[in-house]
Amino acid sequence: MSDTPLLKVRDLSKFYGSRIGCQNVSFELWPGEVLAIVGESGSGKTTLLNCLATRLAPSAGSVEYRMRDGQFRDLYRLSEAERRFLMRTDWGFVHQNPADGLRMTVSAGANVGERLMAIGDRHYGNIRATATDWLGRVEIASDRIDDQPRAFSGGMRQRLQIARNLVTNPRLVFMDEPTGGLDVSVQARLLDLLRGLVSDLGLAAIVVTHDLAVARLLSHRMMVMKDGHIVETGLTDRVLDDPQAPYTQLLVSSILQV
Amino acid sequence: MTDLATYNFAYLDEQTKRMIRRAILKAIAIPGYQVPFASREMPMPYGWGTGGVQVTAAVLGPDDTLKVIDQGADDTTNAVSIRAFFQKVANVRVTTKTAEATIIQTRHRIPEAQLQAGQILVYQVPIPEPLRFLEPRETETRKMHALEEYGLMHVKLYEDIARHGHIATTYAYPVKVEGRYVMDPSPTPKFDNPKMHMSPALQLFGAGREKRIYAVPPHTEVVSLDFEDHPFEIQTFSQPCALCGAKGSYLDEVILDDKGGSMFVCSDTDFCEDRQAKGHRGALAADTAEAAE
Repeated sequence: MSDTPLLKVRDLSKFYGSRIGCQNVSFELWPGEVLAIVGESGSGKTTLLNCLATRLAPSAGSVEYRMRDGQFRDLYRLSEAERRFLMRTDWGFVHQNPADGLRMTVSAGANVGERLMAIGDRHYGNIRATATDWLGRVEIASDRIDDQPRAFSGGMRQRLQIARNLVTNPRLVFMDEPTGGLDVSVQARLLDLLRGLVSDLGLAAIVVTHDLAVARLLSHRMMVMKDGHIVETGLTDRVLDDPQAPYTQLLVSSILQV
Repeated sequence: MTDLATYNFAYLDEQTKRMIRRAILKAIAIPGYQVPFASREMPMPYGWGTGGVQVTAAVLGPDDTLKVIDQGADDTTNAVSIRAFFQKVANVRVTTKTAEATIIQTRHRIPEAQLQAGQILVYQVPIPEPLRFLEPRETETRKMHALEEYGLMHVKLYEDIARHGHIATTYAYPVKVEGRYVMDPSPTPKFDNPKMHMSPALQLFGAGREKRIYAVPPHTEVVSLDFEDHPFEIQTFSQPCALCGAKGSYLDEVILDDKGGSMFVCSDTDFCEDRQAKGHRGALAADTAEAAE
């Protein structure tokens, strides 16, 4: 890990009219670090994530990202071309519903290869070899490369979406409930895979989840949100084992024990 | 003819022609860029060439000679009716000879004969947006053109190779114009794509329903998209034209009977007739010559 942060967020707020989406959020994210944002439905997790990933313009505050040349740039002062280039090379975004992040009508290979072609790769053989390699890394059999994602199960689609995002070796990945809608055994496999990929590639990731188990398994650090505010932040194990804020105590004690 | 009589020359009123000409000038200034225009209702259904007819009407003058082709032929319904239309509303000279025409309105083909400087080729375009079937949102495709994000076009070609082993797109094959805009050359066969490159003639594209005009000015670079290991190739035919014996022209298959018999003839009828007049004969041409006697 480096001693300069990858992402600096200062006083980020988003208002929907008079309603609060999220308010005065400040934090820093370091390279290789996985940060979980947890909280109940409607607490502003996804609003915050979308503001960070430039999918939603914030009402106030700044988000600075350290580009590959080492310079910090304010994401909302980048030109649209730069922002979109950043989003398809240096970043990944894993949607809760894989259909939002995949092209359902083109083959798995083309889904993985799209980012490569977008940055100028024009050699079919190389694109296909890279796609095959990535399908292998997310445990999709190579004979499924020409199948469309609609022929895939939910878990496979989610893994394909991850491969599609990671193919350009991004440094930062945003994940919105990556395991939502999957059954428990598939969730476990996906989490295992994600944990391996994140540590192998040294990815920084921001994971939004309402599932504390996902946060425990994947993240180094977590932030707990309530009503658009950060109520507690700290190392994941510390927050889950020794919650300080009353809301976090309630959240941790609400976990069903089997 | 007095000036007054030509006031509403060629069907459209002067204000409409002025608006279309401005769109055409803008399109020529930005090769390959789709310029929106206020497409008018024309006395024909969408899909029959309303865009092409408006462009032709806007550039047509009393001294012009018009040729209209439909799938290469001068004698099919669309070609005959549009030619008759302009004869009636503009009283211009019409021809079927490529070399004599100053304006050629075309649907689905570029003439085989080399076009010359001063000629204008007007294409009828059904769907001007090359990215449309990959990205349904117009706001998004405009942004992609503006930011030159054309990776998606290669996704389509990738899919072709993955499914068929080669690039199976045979018509409306995407091209890059002057190194900038990706353009749909209208549903011409990809056989005709190389003819667009550095053509001395002006090429105008009109899409009536979609309300877009775009252009390729003379001597402009037009490159068909491809992969390094799957380069662009045009169609080839295993036999020459059965009427004129031409090799290297685009052929149509004509069914002869219900026993599987067929013949291949030039789709460009003017080119084929011209060759036959010069004495070239294909395998099946002798029969027709004898029957005529």
